[in-house]
Amino acid sequence: MSDLATYNFAYLDEQTKRMIRRAILKAIAIPGYQVPFASREMPMPYGWGTGGVQVTASIIGPEDVLKVIDQGADDTTNAVSIRAFFQKVAEVAVTTHTGEASIIQTRHRIPEETLREGQVLVYQVPIPEPLRFLEPRETETRKMHALEEYGLMHVKLYEDIAKHGRIATTYAYPVKVHGRYVMDPSPTPKFDNPKMHMSEALQLFGAGREKRIYAVPPFTEVVSLDFEDHPFEIQTFDKPCALCGAEHVYLDEVVLDDKGGRMFVCSDTDHCETRQAEGHFGAMLATSKEAAE
Amino acid sequence: MSDQPLLKVRNLSKFYGNRIGCNTVSFDLWPGEVLAIVGESGSGKTTLLNCLSTRLMPTTGSVDYHMRDGQYRELYHMSEAERRFLMRTDWGFVHQNPADGLRMTVSAGANVGERLMAIGDRHYGNIRQTATEWLERVEISTDRIDDQPRAFSGGMRQRLQIARNLVTGPRLVFMDEPTGGLDVSVQARLLDLVRGLVNDLGLSAIVVTHDLAVARLLSHRMMVMKDGHVIEQGLTDRVLDDPREPYTQLLVSSILQV
Repeated sequence: MSDLATYNFAYLDEQTKRMIRRAILKAIAIPGYQVPFASREMPMPYGWGTGGVQVTASIIGPEDVLKVIDQGADDTTNAVSIRAFFQKVAEVAVTTHTGEASIIQTRHRIPEETLREGQVLVYQVPIPEPLRFLEPRETETRKMHALEEYGLMHVKLYEDIAKHGRIATTYAYPVKVHGRYVMDPSPTPKFDNPKMHMSEALQLFGAGREKRIYAVPPFTEVVSLDFEDHPFEIQTFDKPCALCGAEHVYLDEVVLDDKGGRMFVCSDTDHCETRQAEGHFGAMLATSKEAAE
Repeated sequence: MSDQPLLKVRNLSKFYGNRIGCNTVSFDLWPGEVLAIVGESGSGKTTLLNCLSTRLMPTTGSVDYHMRDGQYRELYHMSEAERRFLMRTDWGFVHQNPADGLRMTVSAGANVGERLMAIGDRHYGNIRQTATEWLERVEISTDRIDDQPRAFSGGMRQRLQIARNLVTGPRLVFMDEPTGGLDVSVQARLLDLVRGLVNDLGLSAIVVTHDLAVARLLSHRMMVMKDGHVIEQGLTDRVLDDPREPYTQLLVSSILQV
């Protein structure tokens, strides 16, 4: 070992972790409320999940098992580098299996497998303020949250229906938490919104650049906003996953060639692999196996 | 018509440091009455309007408002939440520049519907129906309902702003130079429209203007302000036909004759 300075466990110093934990506790006490915190510089650029990384670093312990996903996948750049980061600075066990993880840091998805009590889901959030694109003034949006003036959120949905004939917002779909605060569920597809409702797991949201932390405690009501005559709906897919044949899961479109060939596969890679190991096969996998034989 | 005033203003003053914004203004506004506040630039008209509409905190004085439940409430003793609720339901505020009162980046229909959604209307079809009716009432073609106000002319924007304010059926509307920046023929149409709406809906209104013709057409009563003081008030026709104060006489005689 060299005598060079080393990092504290999980990179952040203990005072910073304490500050972030206090913000997290406050966020849990007021579901959906955006708690300001003194976001630190992290050794990765803004937009790469600096908020989520700080939250994870503050709650992680040596016994934890970490899973990191990006767009549902365990093997994409963002997921790989954050997982490697925590292996290096915290030496924690990592996994790709949703069921085995105690902390799951995510970008853009909630795993298909239902989360259980004791698990923590940490979201990376780019813009925590759901009203931001309608009301640019932070002073005003804070006042609107404080006074529960949420008519403006429906103006956005109204505009969607007026322009597209239906609510065309497909991600970052606004929700009302515990009947009080309107919250941006980060850019997850609205397909995942129902999973937040009454979830057994603790859900924490970290926005590094915007310096906000918010939370949804376990067993909390999370309702997607809608109109009486245009109720909230999640995306549906015509075909099951091409690899594992799963239905009622969120699928990614993969372009295969320049002749219009494409396939739809599970965005949650762990879910897809688990199903394949259990002997489920989709249309494309079956044909490729036959071709190989 | 009720026998109690809608608004009771007593000794309202606003000072900007040593400078006077408006000084010891007192008056009653009755239901269905249109009051014009006239005077030259810098006479304190807009300061007074902002103090009345809770957009600006007065230095001293009181404003009591006759709520729908029949009680009088002192505006500056209400919580901010109550004041803001009052402003978007029972009141309207028409700005001189429509861009200040409209959301320029959302469609005309959503502009009109915003107040309905703010008070809990959650049925898209009903909101759109109401918005369509209001666009018709303010003479905006209903096929423009999905256009943004950016694509509207100045006169259309001003009419849209009026529709947006009146959709919740307010009892009191504040107007700050509603015809400022419009050409005369558009002004005439707008004044016609406002006069019709005020009569139909039994609104009370406080209109700030430097244009005596606007005051003559719209208002029942008027107040003349100079250097922050109300120097003369009375029925509009009386003040304009028989001005008593030298300043009012000057003001009336300086109307351009074509």
